[in-house]
Amino acid sequence: MTALLEVEDLKVAYGKIEAVKGISFSVEEGQVVTLIGTNGAGKTTTLRTLSGLLKPLSGKIMFNGQPLNGVPAHKIVAMGLAHSPEGRRIFPRLSIAENLQLGAFLRKDSAGIEKDMQRAYDLFPILGERRKQAAGTLSGGEQQMLAMGRALMSQPKLLMLDEPSMGLSPIMMQKIMATIAELKAQGTTILLVEQNAQAALSLADQGHVMEVGSIVLSGTGQDLLHDESVRKAYLGED
Amino acid sequence: MHTLPQQLANGLILGSMYGLIAIGYTMVYGIVQLINFAHGEIFMTGGFGALTTYLILPDGISMWIALPLMLIGGGLVAVLIAVGAERFAYRPLRGAPRLAPLITAIGLSLALQQAVFNWYPDAENPRVFPTLPGGAFDITDNLKIQSGELFVLIAAPVCMASLAFFVRTSRTGRAMQATAQDPDTAQLMGIDTNRIIVIAFAIGGFFAAVAGVAYGFRVGSVTYDMGFVAGLKAFTAAVLGGIGNIYGAMLGGLVLGLAEGLATAYIADIPGMDQFGGQGWASVWAFILLILVLLFRPQGLLGERVADRA
Repeated sequence: MTALLEVEDLKVAYGKIEAVKGISFSVEEGQVVTLIGTNGAGKTTTLRTLSGLLKPLSGKIMFNGQPLNGVPAHKIVAMGLAHSPEGRRIFPRLSIAENLQLGAFLRKDSAGIEKDMQRAYDLFPILGERRKQAAGTLSGGEQQMLAMGRALMSQPKLLMLDEPSMGLSPIMMQKIMATIAELKAQGTTILLVEQNAQAALSLADQGHVMEVGSIVLSGTGQDLLHDESVRKAYLGED
Repeated sequence: MHTLPQQLANGLILGSMYGLIAIGYTMVYGIVQLINFAHGEIFMTGGFGALTTYLILPDGISMWIALPLMLIGGGLVAVLIAVGAERFAYRPLRGAPRLAPLITAIGLSLALQQAVFNWYPDAENPRVFPTLPGGAFDITDNLKIQSGELFVLIAAPVCMASLAFFVRTSRTGRAMQATAQDPDTAQLMGIDTNRIIVIAFAIGGFFAAVAGVAYGFRVGSVTYDMGFVAGLKAFTAAVLGGIGNIYGAMLGGLVLGLAEGLATAYIADIPGMDQFGGQGWASVWAFILLILVLLFRPQGLLGERVADRA
């Protein structure tokens, strides 16, 4: 069986600076795959390239059997790839409900959209309580919930989450990670970028460690979690 | 003060026209952060397009038939030029340093003026614009409104209300708001932001054409350089109201029009200020108002502080 997402020797550059230097990995349907690594490792650049916001220098991206190279960002969503971006990027002056509706921008089935909005409110009750409120008034953690809910509204085949725990309190971080675990249990395929390696690897079927634009180590979540070098570099143990 | 109702009406008429043009500046700025300095010329070409449409129509045609056709003809010209400018002049420069599209806009503004001057028949002189029937309406003893001026008093609120309805309730309107707030993330929602940008230019162009027709009715003629001062005033109105905000553009236009009307009428009555009244000083007062707003409320009347947008 071929993988849902297959990335082969992907290179991405900002001007002359190569931020991603030829990485390859794949995501199978139903899997949670995580990219971990420090700031500047190229994780966000990778996700932004997959969703079409950045153009790759070279390499091949196959999603659901179709090439993504050269496809504009707004058409990639239609193919089933949703991206919850770094820094949450909710639309601050639109209401929570309007943000969620924008997540379903390309869908025509209003009954289904209504059902999925309810599902988002069930997943994150706080969003339901405040659905009429401007999204900019939410706390950081609530905005993260909204960003995830919004990405789910497109009924993606693959959900990409960029740093969902960034800047959150420990309690909120646990809540977000528990939600990701719940989505995994429901069968959602997820590509997760995280700086919180411990949390990400505990959830992941597959993990890849990125350093300055390259994948330096790959393995199952559990393997990496117990790998000596990973423990030293990313889990704060000496 | 028996002239006050008339001065207020004049201010509203002028301000409605400024507001209609200002919406084009503000929508484009709100979405691509570009000050389209050629927008004044889009207003001008809208006026000429409407005049051309009228001249093509058979002589003696009723203005009730001619007016809608003039709006369509002028609107078509202005929209095509606005959208063409976006497609061929501004889009290739997206992502370039912001000075580049700005200079391009100024160049385009001059090019459009010269094109009309050189190629439109007899454009070196003001071209006489048709008038609306009905003459002047005496509302009260102190208030008289020409039928040509009545046009903008009706057209501006209709345009503004339709736009507000469109932005708030339609799917495309919501996509516009999303694109204005965060263009990258809008793409992640599946929004074709290039299409949204084209729509913003088109709406701005059409509203500018409506203002061009209003200008023709009010002044009685159109000129190749009428877009220069009108464009600058409308830009002032957009900044005054808070650039990027469509309601602000209309409000800024009205405030500017009223300030100009009242200043020219009454400033000379203030002791020691008698030489500063009159039409010649109108623009001076308009731009002094702009400077004051920029000093004390740089985000404009309805604008949000930039920090709120993060």
